[in-house]
Amino acid sequence: MTNAKKLILLLSLIVSLMFSSALLFGAVGDGLWMTKVPEKDRARQNPFDSEAGAVAAGGKLFRQNCSSCHGSDATGLSNHPSLHTERVRAASPGELEWLLKNGSMKNGMPSWSRLPEQQRWQIVSYLKSFQ
Amino acid sequence: MSSRSLKAIATLLGLASLLLASRSARAQGNYFVTYTHHMEEPGNLEFATKSVTGFPQAGNAFWGNAIELEYGVKTWWTSEFYLDSQTTANESSVFTGFRFENRFRPLLQEHWINPVLYAEFEDINSADKALLEVVGHDGVADFLERNDRSEKKREVELKLILSSNFKGWNIAENMIAEKNIAGEPWEFGYALAVSRPLSLVASANACRFCRENFTLGAELYGGLGDRYSFGLHDTSHYLAPTMAFHMPSGPTFSVSPAAGLNSNSHGFLLRFGVSYEINQFVSRLRGK
Repeated sequence: MTNAKKLILLLSLIVSLMFSSALLFGAVGDGLWMTKVPEKDRARQNPFDSEAGAVAAGGKLFRQNCSSCHGSDATGLSNHPSLHTERVRAASPGELEWLLKNGSMKNGMPSWSRLPEQQRWQIVSYLKSFQ
Repeated sequence: MSSRSLKAIATLLGLASLLLASRSARAQGNYFVTYTHHMEEPGNLEFATKSVTGFPQAGNAFWGNAIELEYGVKTWWTSEFYLDSQTTANESSVFTGFRFENRFRPLLQEHWINPVLYAEFEDINSADKALLEVVGHDGVADFLERNDRSEKKREVELKLILSSNFKGWNIAENMIAEKNIAGEPWEFGYALAVSRPLSLVASANACRFCRENFTLGAELYGGLGDRYSFGLHDTSHYLAPTMAFHMPSGPTFSVSPAAGLNSNSHGFLLRFGVSYEINQFVSRLRGK
């Protein structure tokens, strides 16, 4: 086999990998993230509820990590949704923390598992301060 | 460029990285060799440079560099393009080639262990000194070849990335397989890493040098031989503490002094990197 053929074969392998991954992803997730939250996560309470600085810290984290999509006032940007919605207001703290941790990748919301759990709870404190 | 000049530049850049070194804990930016399951956010474009300097006893000091463009195509798909170059004291500065890689995250939720599939094509030459991975029987002897005698290499590289977050710690393992498509055997390597922010809780104040903006960690990486001689014989290995500073709404600076663990390794390598992310790059281009 010539080097050119080997190169084409390997590039085909890479492209196949990309498309098979895409098919796999297409089969996962229904977009209704709230229905996926396990009960034990849904029932979790925010450990920062009683901490005075949690909303301010969460606001800082929000502006650093979330505002490029959701806007600095969380009203949404471009095709990214506002967070001043009934769904967010009605969601339990545990559901919001679960969403931050897992994302809703099929719908474009990345996972924020890179942030420590404590910081995700601080962001939840900030989101819940909208109510 | 003399060896002394290279040492001075390396020291200055290392100090600058330390001084300027953190925003959110971007685990990818915490490591130089190891990949985690954290993908680039969709629509974001990251510019980064990863440099490494070494001072081999039997050869000339060098400065390898990779300029990286990373784009989040989807939440589960990140694409990267690298341009590699190097400067060797008493020799020359040369462009050594490019790399194109894609990473795919097959599981769309967070799990105890999160796999990522990685595929890369490299068109580089044997003078490349970016040291973005160590595979096969790579060793200090490869860095003694003169720049003007380097050979072209086209390689494909596959990685299985396994990564976990646990109580603020990130733990990542990479298994690497690389093949020169000119008919050389598959070569293997590994990279392991662990890191943690200095503080898991964000402070309420706006502060550039808050503890949560600093991440400390360590990497262990090396070669595992090739298809015909798999194992640790005639391979090189490094242990490297890492430090990253994520400047709020600014760049990330990282530095990592690496110690060679056997006689086939460089005795000491100093790595430093800077990355900057443009949020929602395509939307900005469209003026949205």
